[in-house]
Amino acid sequence: MTIDTVTDLAVRASGIGKVFPSAGGEVTALTAVELEVAAGEFVSLIGPSGCGKSTLLRLIADLDVPSSGELTLYGKTACQARLDQDYGIAFQQAALLPWLTVAANIALPLDLHKWPQARRDARVAELAELVGLTEFTGRYPDQLSGGMQQRVAIARSLAAQPKLLLMDEPFGALDEMTRERLQSELARIAAETGAAVVFVTHSIPEAVFLSDRVVVMSPRPGRITDVIDTRPGRPRDEALRESPEFFARVTAVREALHGAPVHRANER
Amino acid sequence: MTDQVLAPGTTAVVPDERMPRGIRSSRGTATAVRVGWGVAGVAAVVVLWELYKLLGPANGVTVGGDGSAGSGVILLPRTHDRAMPHVWDMVARMFAPTSGGDTPPLIVSVAGAAGMTLGLAALGWLIGVVVGSLLGIAMQRWRLVEAGLLPWIVVSQIVPLIAFAPVVNAIGTQVDRSGFPWPPWFSVALISSYLAFFPVAIGMLRGLSAPDALHLDLMRANSAGWWQTLVRLRLPAAVPHLLPALRLAAASAVVGAVVAEVSIGLRGGIGRMLIQLAGQASSDPAAPWAPTLGTVVMGLLAAGGVALIGVALHRFRRGEDTA
Repeated sequence: MTIDTVTDLAVRASGIGKVFPSAGGEVTALTAVELEVAAGEFVSLIGPSGCGKSTLLRLIADLDVPSSGELTLYGKTACQARLDQDYGIAFQQAALLPWLTVAANIALPLDLHKWPQARRDARVAELAELVGLTEFTGRYPDQLSGGMQQRVAIARSLAAQPKLLLMDEPFGALDEMTRERLQSELARIAAETGAAVVFVTHSIPEAVFLSDRVVVMSPRPGRITDVIDTRPGRPRDEALRESPEFFARVTAVREALHGAPVHRANER
Repeated sequence: MTDQVLAPGTTAVVPDERMPRGIRSSRGTATAVRVGWGVAGVAAVVVLWELYKLLGPANGVTVGGDGSAGSGVILLPRTHDRAMPHVWDMVARMFAPTSGGDTPPLIVSVAGAAGMTLGLAALGWLIGVVVGSLLGIAMQRWRLVEAGLLPWIVVSQIVPLIAFAPVVNAIGTQVDRSGFPWPPWFSVALISSYLAFFPVAIGMLRGLSAPDALHLDLMRANSAGWWQTLVRLRLPAAVPHLLPALRLAAASAVVGAVVAEVSIGLRGGIGRMLIQLAGQASSDPAAPWAPTLGTVVMGLLAAGGVALIGVALHRFRRGEDTA
């Protein structure tokens, strides 16, 4: 593999393991994870609770440090990529700062990196337009619905024009209707910005609808058990959700999940 | 986009200009009711005072003792005019000359003295807030500092102010003699700050530790350093914890200033005036009540000042209003 292809990969994880110390000895959260995410690719991590999908995302974001293995983002160490703002991140909760307006919340990553005022304001206007919140930029988070708050969080994750988006169940706390609409919006935004996305979810249809590839994970110890190609070969629109190929892929992912030893998955 | 309608359960803060007329006028009524209760409370104290004075025994009820003044246990306090002057006598005394002749009315002297003490308390409060905040920040930043410092901060409040004040004054005199000017009033402000810093340090420590883990992750993910996290996340999130601490510090600063004035014998303030007029109470029983009321007004002004800070920082208290 040449240097060029390594730096072209949004995420390259090889032999990643994560062990957490705990009262009853060590807990292996992840073991022998091999994952490559190409630039512009949308990859979902799916699996039952405790399979380490959120842990893997936190490792990529350098919010935690792997116990073993090698992890690079566009050829840089995870730490350097974090310092360079190479990725944007969104969590299950919108995690907006309640004392800032929508505009100031979106601008947080820009303010932290001291963007010039004019460029910052232009970027915020652009992002508010992108997520359909132009009229609400002066509002405070407590004046918004859950769906709108999550859109602000997505706009914030996109603010610094990252080449990689990390999303940890961003629609997990939303109702089904809002969820489907935001999925369509995210599919459009990801296509427009050309950013690679690593998306953690435990919804099979969500993963299949959004992703180019679905990575199936399994717990105890957390590991990757299967990778399924779900590239639709057609626009990600409402018709896709009702197409036979969509159902076929949902079934494929479901079988991959159930083929894995998930008999203890309900144990939390 | 149906989700632009507010979800049920979210409390919307409607901007004032769009507030329906009915709500606005009912808020006015609510204020009137609050003020009404305040006035009623003061009136009730006056009525109780006069009622007891009317019905209670003039020389009180004392158990045991040999009949000489000050012996035995008082069950009911005395009600004669030297012990309990009429409320209207107190009011009249406020407008009479301070010490006879052409001296200004007592209320003017009280206001001047209260102004001076309030100024010293404000300075003490300010020093206390700065020191307390720095201690809180240092304790949040370094666990070792918290472990080493917090017990001493708690112990510091056990030392009685009466014992501590002369020490500060003595140090001040030494410093003053060595050439660096240290006026006695600065000792008062310093002693007052000694009481004020405590709630601020504790409130700051708690407030700075208040942010969610998720918000801390967000700051780290955006490569915010310690200082940026402090300014943009920890301090704003600390405001709801800090405001009660500032209010407590204001009350403590006033008490500290009054006590410090008395214990180091600083002239011109209300503490000294209280002691002086209380000493003359047998011949002029209504007079000490003027500086007593003066200290109450000082406390109210101090609390009101902090309330204004709370209004100014309203943006950082949105979580309090809604969640």
